[in-house]
Amino acid sequence: MTEFFSDLGTALPRLLGEGLRDTLLSFLGGAVLMVIVAVVLGVAMHQGPRWLRVVARVVVEFFRGTSLVVQLFFLFYVLPNLTGLGSLGGTWTAILALGLNYGAYGAEVVRGSLNAVPAGQWETATALSMPWATKMRRIIWPQAWALMLPGFNNLMVMLVKGTAVVGLVLLNDLTFESEQVRREVGTWPAFLAALLIYFVIAWVVSLALRALEARAQRRLGLGDFEVRKARQDADQVMAGGVPDDQDGR
Amino acid sequence: MPTDPDHRPTTDARTSEEEPRVRFEDVHKKFGRTTVLEDLNFVVGRGERVTLIGPSGSGKTTILRLLMTLETLTGGYIWVDGDPLTHDRRDGKRVELRPKQVAQVRKRIGMVFQQFNLFPNMTVLQNIVEAPVHVLGQSREQAAENALSLLEKVGLRERADAHPTELSGGQQQRVAIARALAMDPEILLLDEVTSALDPELVGDVLNVLKDVAASTDITMLIVTHEMQFARDVSNRVMMFDGGRVLEEAPPEQLFSNPQHERTQKFLEAVV
Amino acid sequence: MFETELFLEALPILVMAFLEVTLVVTVTSSLLAAVLGLVWAIALRELPGALARPLAFVLDFIRMTPLPVHLLVIYYAFTQLSPMTVGILVFGVHYSTYMAESYRAGIESIRKGQWEAAKALSLPPARTWRAVILPQAIRNTLPSLGNWAIAMFKDTPFLIFISVPEMVTRAREFGGQNFSYIEAMTLAGLLFLLASYPTAVLMQKLEKKLAY
Repeated sequence: MTEFFSDLGTALPRLLGEGLRDTLLSFLGGAVLMVIVAVVLGVAMHQGPRWLRVVARVVVEFFRGTSLVVQLFFLFYVLPNLTGLGSLGGTWTAILALGLNYGAYGAEVVRGSLNAVPAGQWETATALSMPWATKMRRIIWPQAWALMLPGFNNLMVMLVKGTAVVGLVLLNDLTFESEQVRREVGTWPAFLAALLIYFVIAWVVSLALRALEARAQRRLGLGDFEVRKARQDADQVMAGGVPDDQDGR
Repeated sequence: MPTDPDHRPTTDARTSEEEPRVRFEDVHKKFGRTTVLEDLNFVVGRGERVTLIGPSGSGKTTILRLLMTLETLTGGYIWVDGDPLTHDRRDGKRVELRPKQVAQVRKRIGMVFQQFNLFPNMTVLQNIVEAPVHVLGQSREQAAENALSLLEKVGLRERADAHPTELSGGQQQRVAIARALAMDPEILLLDEVTSALDPELVGDVLNVLKDVAASTDITMLIVTHEMQFARDVSNRVMMFDGGRVLEEAPPEQLFSNPQHERTQKFLEAVV
Repeated sequence: MFETELFLEALPILVMAFLEVTLVVTVTSSLLAAVLGLVWAIALRELPGALARPLAFVLDFIRMTPLPVHLLVIYYAFTQLSPMTVGILVFGVHYSTYMAESYRAGIESIRKGQWEAAKALSLPPARTWRAVILPQAIRNTLPSLGNWAIAMFKDTPFLIFISVPEMVTRAREFGGQNFSYIEAMTLAGLLFLLASYPTAVLMQKLEKKLAY
């Protein structure tokens, strides 16, 4: 038992020194891209003219439907030949794949949240003659934002876990490094150390989003019902298929 | 025909005296296959207060929502001060106007909703100041000053910094009225503004509206079930049924001596 | 650039891998996850706090950490198990933690009156669960379980970490051997899309149909 803990004590600092950097880099880059992709596609799916809604929907279904690892390999092995520009490098490949894949799921969160802002709010903004940009920025977005945070929370945790695949495009992330460390300290200490680090990252990320969520909801004075509904929807964040409350306003 | 509808001044000769404030011309509205309004024609004069009554589904609310451009016309025209609202007639053809043009005319219209629809992400004052600053381009100070005097008028000045959820329904609706008035509309649409309120809160809201009616010359279109209120503020009552105007008259006349049996029945049911 | 011949050559290889590995793991692990998830959900409700709390922590821990690492640790720790068995077990356990949440939501959605009525009839707990609560809860939960199964399906390429020859592993091999990845990777993506999208739409229909 003591040996186990001393091995764990050896593995943890090793991983914190070597694997953590690539994991965090993939996560942070992926998170930024994910939010951008989610907002652009989500708003397009809800607010765009008909053709744009169809295009955005196809893109979303494509990235949700074809599996992260396939996308990763496609970007890594196929894209350089296709463009003739050479490899993007592991880090950018990883960030791009993670951001696009989880961003597609996020787009559905954004679209659903826009849809959940009551019709009266959209109508009142129109009745006050607000131009589209003002309406979105000042009235709709602050309300939709509070509703999309639970969904983003789940997606961010998924994204932290998703970074474990970046070793497949030759990054030396936590998962890869833990397999190296295993040779010195044995299976359980090595992987348990990696799992602990992943858990702490996911936990911190989730906590941060919870704080944002609480702040946004306090500002809106959202009722219990709306919050619970948003949380429930958040659990379905990985679900697929086309919802039928499609119509933009 | 004016040559440049984009820059038509609001007070050119055509739009002044002789043009009514609102004119519905052969207005047609279908939802899917259901026809709600059919060949509807009526005018509302400047400063007139018109109450629309009728059984639910008779199309009263749809009229207000069409005027506020919350619904799209499926046929006909709506003219505001002689300007086309969403569709214009050019060389005998019906042409849809561009959003920018629609926005120009829409600014003259304000609306108060059944469900108040205060913005939950803003305080009471911010709710009122928002559109004047971001739509009309007023300075924040000017808008806030105006907002406070409007709040004074609706009796809620001391709640300026409150959050909408801290207010009762009646108070929220009074804020919504102040918010609509802050845009200085020529036309105010009131869509069942007391229907969502507890009975004891209705009075305050109606008093505020009576006050507005007495102290301004804003044209009003009112949909309500409060017949006493209709009697107090309106010059004219229009009875709707099945998407048509069944009859119209000054309130005292229509309420005391309705011509149609259906009007009679309706009035008996609501009073 | 894109050679139809290679595409057609890859087709049977990937379809076989799809049928023999991807589908087998998805189906078996989904069933395992559905059963385990229900066990967790009931246990979390019925066990005394001193036991339920550690269980909840373990489930959270599994849910919040990456599946590839779970695959690796079980793969190396239990060398007597075949990689395929490791895959099925790990996928099943990992997704059972998600499905437990779905069951929990389904159970919570049952009105308090149902429990009270069962109590008023003096039904024993086992009977209450089996005859009253679960039939209603599972009905509410079914679409959500289906969605997790689809998510799991799209995660099966993680099996590459423990060298199980699933579809994407095969696609990569094929690409390497022929010095062209585009055909096999496109095909792999296509197969995922073809299998997951219609299922997702079906789940949605089911959800609507089962909604009270």
